[in-house]
Amino acid sequence: MSRIGVFVCHCGENISRTVDVEQVAKAAGEIPGVAFSCDYKYMCSDPGQTLLKKAVAEHKLDGVLVAACSPRMHEKTFRKAAEAAGLNPYLCEMANIREHCSWVHEDRDMATAKAKDIVKLMVERVRKGKSLAPITVPVTKRALVIGGGIAGIQAALDIADAGHKVVLVEREPSIGGHMAQLSETFPTLDCSQCIMTPKMVDVANHPNITLFTYSEIEKVDGYIGNFQVTVKHKARSVDESKCTGCGICMTKCPKKKIPNEFDQGHGMRPAIYVPFPQAVPNTPVIDRENCTMFQSGKCGVCAKVCGPGAVDYEQQDTFTVEDVGAIVVATGFKLYTIDRKPEGSPIQGYGEFGYGTIPDIIDGMTFERLASASGPTGGKILRPSDGKEPKQVVFIQCVGSRAREKGISYCSKVCCMYTAKHTMLYHHKVHDGQAYVFFMDARTPGKGYDEFWRRAVEEEEAVYIRGMVSRMYQRGDKIVVMGSDIQVGVQVEIEADLVVLATAVQPQDGADLLAQKLGISYDKYNFYSEAHAKLKPVECATAGIYLAGACQGPKDIPDTVSQASAAAAKVMTLFAKDKLERDPVVAKVNEKYCVGCFACKKVCAYGAIEEKEIRDRQGNLVKKVAYVNPGVCGGCGTCQATCPSKSIELDGYTDEQIMAMIEAL
Amino acid sequence: MHGEHIKHDFEPKIVAFVCTWCTYAGADLAGTSRMQYPPNVRVLKFPCTGRIDPVFILRAFQKGADGVLVSGCHPGDCHYMAGNFHARRRFAAFRALLDFVGVDLNRLQFSWVSAAEGGKWVDVVTELTERVRAMGPMPEFKELEHEEQWSTFAEATVDKSGAINTPELKEAYDSIG
Repeated sequence: MSRIGVFVCHCGENISRTVDVEQVAKAAGEIPGVAFSCDYKYMCSDPGQTLLKKAVAEHKLDGVLVAACSPRMHEKTFRKAAEAAGLNPYLCEMANIREHCSWVHEDRDMATAKAKDIVKLMVERVRKGKSLAPITVPVTKRALVIGGGIAGIQAALDIADAGHKVVLVEREPSIGGHMAQLSETFPTLDCSQCIMTPKMVDVANHPNITLFTYSEIEKVDGYIGNFQVTVKHKARSVDESKCTGCGICMTKCPKKKIPNEFDQGHGMRPAIYVPFPQAVPNTPVIDRENCTMFQSGKCGVCAKVCGPGAVDYEQQDTFTVEDVGAIVVATGFKLYTIDRKPEGSPIQGYGEFGYGTIPDIIDGMTFERLASASGPTGGKILRPSDGKEPKQVVFIQCVGSRAREKGISYCSKVCCMYTAKHTMLYHHKVHDGQAYVFFMDARTPGKGYDEFWRRAVEEEEAVYIRGMVSRMYQRGDKIVVMGSDIQVGVQVEIEADLVVLATAVQPQDGADLLAQKLGISYDKYNFYSEAHAKLKPVECATAGIYLAGACQGPKDIPDTVSQASAAAAKVMTLFAKDKLERDPVVAKVNEKYCVGCFACKKVCAYGAIEEKEIRDRQGNLVKKVAYVNPGVCGGCGTCQATCPSKSIELDGYTDEQIMAMIEAL
Repeated sequence: MHGEHIKHDFEPKIVAFVCTWCTYAGADLAGTSRMQYPPNVRVLKFPCTGRIDPVFILRAFQKGADGVLVSGCHPGDCHYMAGNFHARRRFAAFRALLDFVGVDLNRLQFSWVSAAEGGKWVDVVTELTERVRAMGPMPEFKELEHEEQWSTFAEATVDKSGAINTPELKEAYDSIG
């Protein structure tokens, strides 16, 4: 680069007040290779940009440096102007003499000297700069949605409605997730299944959606626009294409006393089952661990009674590879198990709460099932131990949540509202019953939420006790709840018939393993991390992967649906283009010097480095070298600093450029 | 902060190697917040602290830096997921090496400054500048450069394959041949 133009901006008075811009321009003009330099009041203005374009043409400039504000502010502006003038945009750089100089220093002489130095360094950068072309990659306009709860369903429907193909993968035999388990939803108390099941049916009937239930993600390869995802289809033991969903197998199955997961273990199901009557698809699966046929080889009743002959005991797990351009992760949450410390987890249990040993201490989801018309009690609130109607129910909030000493410091967000809802549901069903709630704070931000909570307190007569519970134990058929009321400053003892714990919301089991397959980051609780807490709340740092719902953090249904639609919108934005353009700041390998040690491969957080074989004309392997997939490379340059033979180089930040800048110090 | 600028006898040259996502943005924030700090620092922007080769730090010392600052995103906040962890490891080893050859480690500072920590950037730069000012200039590396007469990159030529040849290398090759 021998004809560089330097343009020094006054930024009104923002720069010129403390920096002698004329001197800076003059000094820049004296740097060897600088063919033109000037100063101007507002470089970013239209006349300023015109000045730049004219100078490029008049002085045949082959590189441009604008000494002005931060490149984070106007790099795009000036690169566009340079491009319009016929230069490669990556040969236009900015020297930051505002944020890093004029605004932070008062001594005019020293600030001017510093500005001159900054310009000098950056001129070297421009001099050693290279023309770069944006990288284009094709986009496969087909999306993968992982998780078939409300988040995944919403995202899948939105993307499919926009006309793109969607693959929806669900781990369980049916889609629906936790929302299908709920009784009624706050703050409107509408029936959860009534609003959920039509959406599930929409998914099943949508021509653009391919639904894989009882399936898991095995492997993820590729990058934005071009993922190859291996999906494992677990053996259902029932042929989906033959099954009509008549259900005779379930009625005839001799083994019927298996605790039903959908009812939190409080209802029973046979060994061949659909999780719940409205399941989508309505194809049963055989629970091989509990099936007599699989355990002892003697039974086969379901196969005998099945008219279409859909039952297939020989079925094996199968794998398919799906080509997709974008991935929405919507794996949801699980509830904190409080009875014991989960193995290998830093999170501690609540032995003092007796969960798991006292049958009438249940969690919030179990209460949902008790209150649900489709639940094990048909919607009657009956306690699990003896089936009696409880007359005193104690609800305890923040069990696990906001408990730093137990290992979870966050607020689970939904418990205040659902506990208020539980007290209402209880009051509606047991008119002479009394609900007590132990709480720390009632956190009810949201449209109509605080009104809802106040209704629970003021109209539905729930007694809210601010304080914590220290211990619970069984006395006769009652549970003695010992706690404190910190507002009155007294110890409280309540004889309860039923205790409901609002346990913490946690990411699904295996969330970390899935994240490792996807190459996305997660926090210490295994919640997935968004790219930016405020401005990129649905994108992952890994391009082409988006988040929806409680897998990213505890969320209620409206927030989950909003985020799912936002993720879908992001996918549609991606799919609006046939080709993707991205910044060409990526690493390249000099194959001549690469010795194939693959130190770069070990440090690459993106998995962008592949092993490439170099062969001679006879096809003999000469050596293996590193190859950087430009579509995957994030452009951090860690590989270059690591490379012992200096044979990998990051465009835009080459050793040559950086060394030249250091030389100019 | 509008105090009179005190003239010092010695103005140290501080070079800062920063990542573009956190510390560069943090320094921008110090600017937009109109905070004040000593004008001794020259900032070199990198995509990530993971890109920073320890050789750059050595070269900066040779080229007259009296103090060097390396700063990036806080551990766990790396825009590139793990670049700062690699940097941290690399510099832990590099510091030990510098210590071994007798460089006062007070001249070299590593810190994490996020995009929201304009104030921390000011504190870090001010502290390092004042510390190095008190220590005085660091002539050793500069002299070393003078003694060894290593060629600068400007004198180096680049052959077709992209390898960099300096006169010294050429001399070394010739002596073998």
